[in-house]
Amino acid sequence: MRDVAVIGVGMMKWGELWEKSLRDIFVESALEAVKDAGVDRIDSMYVGCMSSGLFVGQEHLGSLLADYLGMGPIPALRVETACAAGGAAFKQAVMEVGSGMSDIVLAGGVEKMTDIGGDGATFALATAADAEYEVYNGVTFPGLYAMMAVAHMDAYGTTREQLAAVSVKNHANGAKNPHAQYPFELTVDRVLNSVMIADPLTILDCSPITDGAAAVIVCPLDMAKDLTKNKPIKVLASTHATDTIALHSREDIAWLGAVAKAGELAYAQAGLSPSDIDLAEVHDCFTIAEVCAIEALGFFERGKGGASAESGETAIGGRIPVNASGGLKSKGHPVGATGIAQIIEVTKQLRGEADKRQVEGARIGMTQNMGGTGGSCVVHILGAE
Amino acid sequence: MSTSARYWREIPQRYRYEGAKCKSCGKISFPPRVVCKSCGGREFEKVELAKQGKLLTHTVIRVGPSQFADQTPYAVGVAELDDGVRMTAMIADVDFEELKVGMPVKLEFRKVRDEGEAGIICYGYKFVPVR
Amino acid sequence: MAGIIGYGAYVPRNRIKVEEIAKVWGADAPSYKKGLMLREKSVPSPDQDVITMSVEATRHALTRCGIDPQKIGAVYIGSESHPYAVKPSGTVVAEAIGATPDCHCVDFEFACKAGSEAMFVCMGLVDAGAIEYGLAIGADTSQGAPGDALEYSAAAGAAAYIIGPGDGVAKMLATHSFMTDTPDFWRREYMHYPRHAGRFTGEPAYFKHVTGCAKAMLEKTNSKPSDYAYAVFHQPNGKFPMRVGQQLGFTKEQIEPGWLAPTLGNTYSGSSPMGLTATLDIAEPGDKIFMVSYGSGAGSDGFVFEATDELPKMRVKAPFTRTLLDEHKVYIDYGTYTKYRGKIRKGE
Repeated sequence: MRDVAVIGVGMMKWGELWEKSLRDIFVESALEAVKDAGVDRIDSMYVGCMSSGLFVGQEHLGSLLADYLGMGPIPALRVETACAAGGAAFKQAVMEVGSGMSDIVLAGGVEKMTDIGGDGATFALATAADAEYEVYNGVTFPGLYAMMAVAHMDAYGTTREQLAAVSVKNHANGAKNPHAQYPFELTVDRVLNSVMIADPLTILDCSPITDGAAAVIVCPLDMAKDLTKNKPIKVLASTHATDTIALHSREDIAWLGAVAKAGELAYAQAGLSPSDIDLAEVHDCFTIAEVCAIEALGFFERGKGGASAESGETAIGGRIPVNASGGLKSKGHPVGATGIAQIIEVTKQLRGEADKRQVEGARIGMTQNMGGTGGSCVVHILGAE
Repeated sequence: MSTSARYWREIPQRYRYEGAKCKSCGKISFPPRVVCKSCGGREFEKVELAKQGKLLTHTVIRVGPSQFADQTPYAVGVAELDDGVRMTAMIADVDFEELKVGMPVKLEFRKVRDEGEAGIICYGYKFVPVR
Repeated sequence: MAGIIGYGAYVPRNRIKVEEIAKVWGADAPSYKKGLMLREKSVPSPDQDVITMSVEATRHALTRCGIDPQKIGAVYIGSESHPYAVKPSGTVVAEAIGATPDCHCVDFEFACKAGSEAMFVCMGLVDAGAIEYGLAIGADTSQGAPGDALEYSAAAGAAAYIIGPGDGVAKMLATHSFMTDTPDFWRREYMHYPRHAGRFTGEPAYFKHVTGCAKAMLEKTNSKPSDYAYAVFHQPNGKFPMRVGQQLGFTKEQIEPGWLAPTLGNTYSGSSPMGLTATLDIAEPGDKIFMVSYGSGAGSDGFVFEATDELPKMRVKAPFTRTLLDEHKVYIDYGTYTKYRGKIRKGE
């Protein structure tokens, strides 16, 4: 395998983008990535998207988006692993470049979620769970993560205040991110007293419904300096693992097995350990998800993740800054784009371009993107050359 | 959406709580599988699940999908039945304040969801507290 | 002759009080309570209907008798609130209890006597040797129009009987059916609520048919009211069964154990069958039980049972009807009641 580097990134402000269609938002971000890299062509493209069919009634995204990007007839493939689709698209791009099949590959992600009502969005997102044995019985995604939270609270004494602190921390970071959908600060009280969605999670424990896209360009590391003026960011590890789709089938409901597995594989691939990681972007679709993810990735002992945000250890400037971008919570969660946006944040941090949310001296960063309740997980480790 | 065929296919599990017990390791799969998750076995016998168990976790869903509009807010939980099988179901006839990990529940036959006023009525199991 | 091999009941946990309904319609609660002898009634949750209650009542019956459900050759559900207009309730129940596929199945409707009809037909088939066991269910989630007198009584509940050869827990000594065409209560297709003929539902309807059936049975069996330990009559409210029983010469003490209406309401097809389950919960071996149902339209089915030695051993295996009725109940307000009963017009 050839070493692979990220040489270009592109994303626009996320939010409720009423005037823009799925193809509009993808093309904008993809062009931004092409411009940032300074390349004059791309050889191949992967697009992460969870459910354009349900959200906007459009499948066959590879062809559509390559066409509208003006890049036809390059090969273009849509990748789907529920909410981990973006991370998986990036992994495909890394493999394609690493294998020598292509040199300049675009990995993008997109989700246009507001063209369908709230009920439709709930339905579309729920398709990431077991349709016949979870969703049939009334479960929603907030409900599933709420059940993880109750199990974590019961086993380890994690509190609602500790979960709220995750949201407060991520909003504090997101307030410094010009692309964030909700760049405002929160207080623990406000989180706790907002409307209950699925006990014990309030609406401010949940990531929002977002329209957004993101794209990155990867190429062989040894070609990077000829192709771009940007500092190349090397892909040190690219891993993927699965767990049962149904939460109830897991040995421990408060433990993310696929995250732990993908994390272990990533550390082994990179020859690193958790203490070598300078910052991490993790999949905080709900506050409890960040708590479980940082435990599974080895940043905190099992059961000890609850206090992470409250203690300041995961803040920018803390022991292991988590979600400096604002995370899914503040930045937004256009499902298929999230994994790519995580790569963008780490790339910017490692380039030293993260402005007010810069993690000082960051050399190695991790991204963790998961689908469903953790049935799929993609982990990447990136390093500054 | 539950079309007739899709609903009908799951009747043994949803109405009679049937699982598949692996002939080599004894693990019960619910719903039945072709390959045993614990030992890879391929031969199973049909068994009826234990009708009682304990809640492993729970929540109250305050914002429910339209198929559940009439029942919202409603409690949902994961329980481990006495035979070790784990399943997700709504928790009926419960006062939300009494929900607790470890709470004993039993399976009861209920209407689970509605496919609109003119669609099929979908039945299945729910948990109810053992009092 | 055929007998009752197993029996079970089911009552939803929600109750609404007469006062709560009267308050909304500006009606005089004390006069309803006194005049109809009703205090409260059961209300199904949105996830309960005739099918779900029938399955649970039948599971209690199966737990009691322990027979192999594959030996059940007929599944009959009597109800005026079958969830589907077209598609049997019985197929769902038969499938859920494991009686399919070698089984006869049909849904019965005869206002409030569809449950006793199912019992009657099962007994006939067992006696004829056409089936080994039959499952007869009376169940309803009946509805009264908002503000109508029926709204105070229309309730939800189910009783299930497994009828088989031999004496079982109660042997059947006699049956009689009595009917005429009497339009006292009806519901046309596509209508949400039934209509009734007011006071005409009393004397020429309920009283005439119950009395006619009861008298014919006493004559057939050459018996008198004092020969019975218990008597169960259809209970459209609390008052009618007490009055008709006493007119026939039965005492309050004979009627009271199966007199559920004051705190249950009228469970229509489930009404007298549930009165019988409550009575079987306390009857002693050798006790004779007299039962007469009533269905508008109109007719009555009568039965005479005698409890056997098996009854006390078997009944403790499943919950008693009074326990289901009296314990763990939850009172709901009229708003919740209208939501649960689908009486609110919602957005498309």
